[in-house]
Amino acid sequence: MTGPHDQKAQPVLRLSNITKRFGALTANDDVSFDLARGEVIALLGENGAGKTTLMNILFGQYTADAGTVEVFGEVLPPGNPRAALDAGVGMVHQHFTLAGNLTVWENIVLGTERLGALRLDAKAAKARIADLSRRFHLAVDPAAKVGRLTVGERQRVEILKALYREARILILDEPTAVLTPQESEALFKTLREAVGQGLSVVFISHKLHEVMAISDRTIVLRHGRLVAERATAETSREELAALMVGGKVSAPKIEARPAGPALLRLAGVSTKGEGRAPGLRAVDLTLHAGQITGLAGVSGNGQKALSDLISGLVAPASGQFEIVGEPVGDWSPRRALARGIGRIPEDRHRTGTIADFDLTENAVLETYAQDFARHGWMRWGAARAQAESLIATYDVRCPGPETRIRLLSGGNMQKLILGRVLETAPRIILANQPVRGLDIGAVNYVHGRLAEAREEGAAVLLISEDLDEIMTLSDVIHVMSEGRLSPGFTRGTMRAEALGQWMAGEGFGRVADAS
Amino acid sequence: MDIFEILTSAAFWAAAIRIASPLIFATMGELICERAGVLNLGIEGIMVAGAFAGWIAVYMGLPLWGGVAVAFATGMMLGALHGLLSVPFGLSQHVVGIGLTLLATSLTFYTYRVVLPEVSSPPKITAFQPYPIPGLSEIPGLGSAFFTQTPLTYAAFALVALVAFVLYRTPLGLAVRAAGESPAAVAAQGLSVTAIRMGAVIVGSGFMAVGGAFLTLSAFDSFFFDMVNGRGWICIALVVFGAWKPGKAMLGAILFAAFDALQIRLQQTPIGALVPYQLFLMMPYLLSILALVLMSRRAEVPAALMVPFNKGER
Repeated sequence: MTGPHDQKAQPVLRLSNITKRFGALTANDDVSFDLARGEVIALLGENGAGKTTLMNILFGQYTADAGTVEVFGEVLPPGNPRAALDAGVGMVHQHFTLAGNLTVWENIVLGTERLGALRLDAKAAKARIADLSRRFHLAVDPAAKVGRLTVGERQRVEILKALYREARILILDEPTAVLTPQESEALFKTLREAVGQGLSVVFISHKLHEVMAISDRTIVLRHGRLVAERATAETSREELAALMVGGKVSAPKIEARPAGPALLRLAGVSTKGEGRAPGLRAVDLTLHAGQITGLAGVSGNGQKALSDLISGLVAPASGQFEIVGEPVGDWSPRRALARGIGRIPEDRHRTGTIADFDLTENAVLETYAQDFARHGWMRWGAARAQAESLIATYDVRCPGPETRIRLLSGGNMQKLILGRVLETAPRIILANQPVRGLDIGAVNYVHGRLAEAREEGAAVLLISEDLDEIMTLSDVIHVMSEGRLSPGFTRGTMRAEALGQWMAGEGFGRVADAS
Repeated sequence: MDIFEILTSAAFWAAAIRIASPLIFATMGELICERAGVLNLGIEGIMVAGAFAGWIAVYMGLPLWGGVAVAFATGMMLGALHGLLSVPFGLSQHVVGIGLTLLATSLTFYTYRVVLPEVSSPPKITAFQPYPIPGLSEIPGLGSAFFTQTPLTYAAFALVALVAFVLYRTPLGLAVRAAGESPAAVAAQGLSVTAIRMGAVIVGSGFMAVGGAFLTLSAFDSFFFDMVNGRGWICIALVVFGAWKPGKAMLGAILFAAFDALQIRLQQTPIGALVPYQLFLMMPYLLSILALVLMSRRAEVPAALMVPFNKGER
């Protein structure tokens, strides 16, 4: 990697005084920076800090209210992705923009040929793609349907798409959010290769260790403003974290302690898969009182199956399933609630809440029939009191209980869900991706509450794709891969790389052979 | 005459191909729309309008191919209305489509009354005549069935090849397929999803109208109310049956047409005298539903079908 300073003379990219408002919200406030040839800039900030908006402006998907974007000295016309592409800007979006029913090469070629052209030269396109895959270590089969690829492979297709268009500037929006540690390492290798060949990279992230590993320079955004710019070699994770949140960060402390009695036990449990998603394959799992059990794994490897099983949506096809020593019979969400299982669902918008219901209605969604109804009539007064109490106790920032929940931010929505679960004092808490998409303040709040529930003797199952989160909070860690569950590893006995190997599916065979 | 005799007769297959032709036109039209992500339920009304427009144009003195062109243009205009409401305005495609069918049907009947106020039975035109293809039509067996058809039938089959070629072998087809699967991917390449979808709906609707015109200009020689008679809805099912692939959809159209030709002939057999004829009329639909259930379970629906796309929305 070349340092930023020797080629400062001619920036490949210059953002000047970019401002963008969405209604009352100022997403970007007078942001300016330069990118040099062969440089990697990390754009660091919490969710909602304006990173993605800024890059969407650069790429022409949004039009800025003020400010200009210059690429190789030329001002880009605003709101025109085509112009950005033609100028050599390639963007890999956080949510991939790929068509699943098209093949890899078709996705890559899309938009590169004149629409009036009479033929597509498939052969030449595939040859060029093969050449690029070799040069940049991006292994992928050009003839495969994108819908059948893994997330890591899809990301490679996205990068190939940019390289195929001869991008000189690569923008990657949260590229590692969906990757295993090994896949992330491979991505970094590709990026280093690209930089070595003269490309420049903007790397958007909120993961500090990645920023430290890959970037030459770090730019920190907070509430839409550029608050700091540091040469990465001259800063530290602690400083960047403080800059990012605008103050000291306090993550909950988890003290090691002996495990309580087993509250939930799965022995050799299998479930039927759902479409292409795998079911569980002979899973053994025990959740103990007073422990947080972390479940790591790349998404789509059976986490949903396990979460559906525990929350009552799916019954086991075979194997034993006991709660506090009693086998579960007929299994349903209602029975799961009755047996003391509290659920924080993976998707707070779709299954956690009903968007157009108000906070009162959402607060009593799980208990309205038992606790807030009499003789078949709703007791709205009691329900409202409950909602007010949750709002106060769990610090839900909102205009009031009659607000429709869709108007709340993700963090406040999650606090309400958390309150709804914890108020019933559940013995077992299923927390599926409880902090996905939340900012650090809300993350620490949710983690703190889960840690408290652990102190009070609940068994917590924490499902997450974020290894850092799993490793910080969990007393025991399991890894899922293709519906199989690894043995439990106690706190401090496993390194991220080793867990990553399990996430990639290694090790399961040996266990099966040994048993 | 037993079933085997029917199935091996040239007359039976000639009828099946003839009945399939309008379905093929309209199915290709619908397939283009749906591949771009727009369900066009205006198809039934567009076929009625096309049937009338083509016929009245010829009645007024245009040549037959002029009538086809007028029908195509009529379909494109109705398609533009559907596209405008469903693509840039992003309205519910179901509501827009059904509304368009009602509008186009009523407008057609109204125009008919305005243009021909005094007429009790609709006038006839000279329709397309069968054109035996030299050589091919003389192939013994079924050669005469397939190659003694009207030029419009040949055009229907040529259209299938054309649609397949454009969809799978040209950059334009790639963009259309991508627009129906992941409009965001199209927009990210700086292409206009709106333009691609509008274009697909307009051209697709044009072909639907030609499907309607086949009835008045080739199958029959006049225009009747209710002559389209649900063919549009059948075409919607044929697109699903064909798993959004032109060749398979064409085979579906021929299969359905063969059932239809078969039931007409079965009515004239000894069994036909015993069973109410309505039962035979029902048969093609029943068999279609059965085939649909068997064939389309694993079909890959365009992922963005019926999903409006708004640029700049998160």
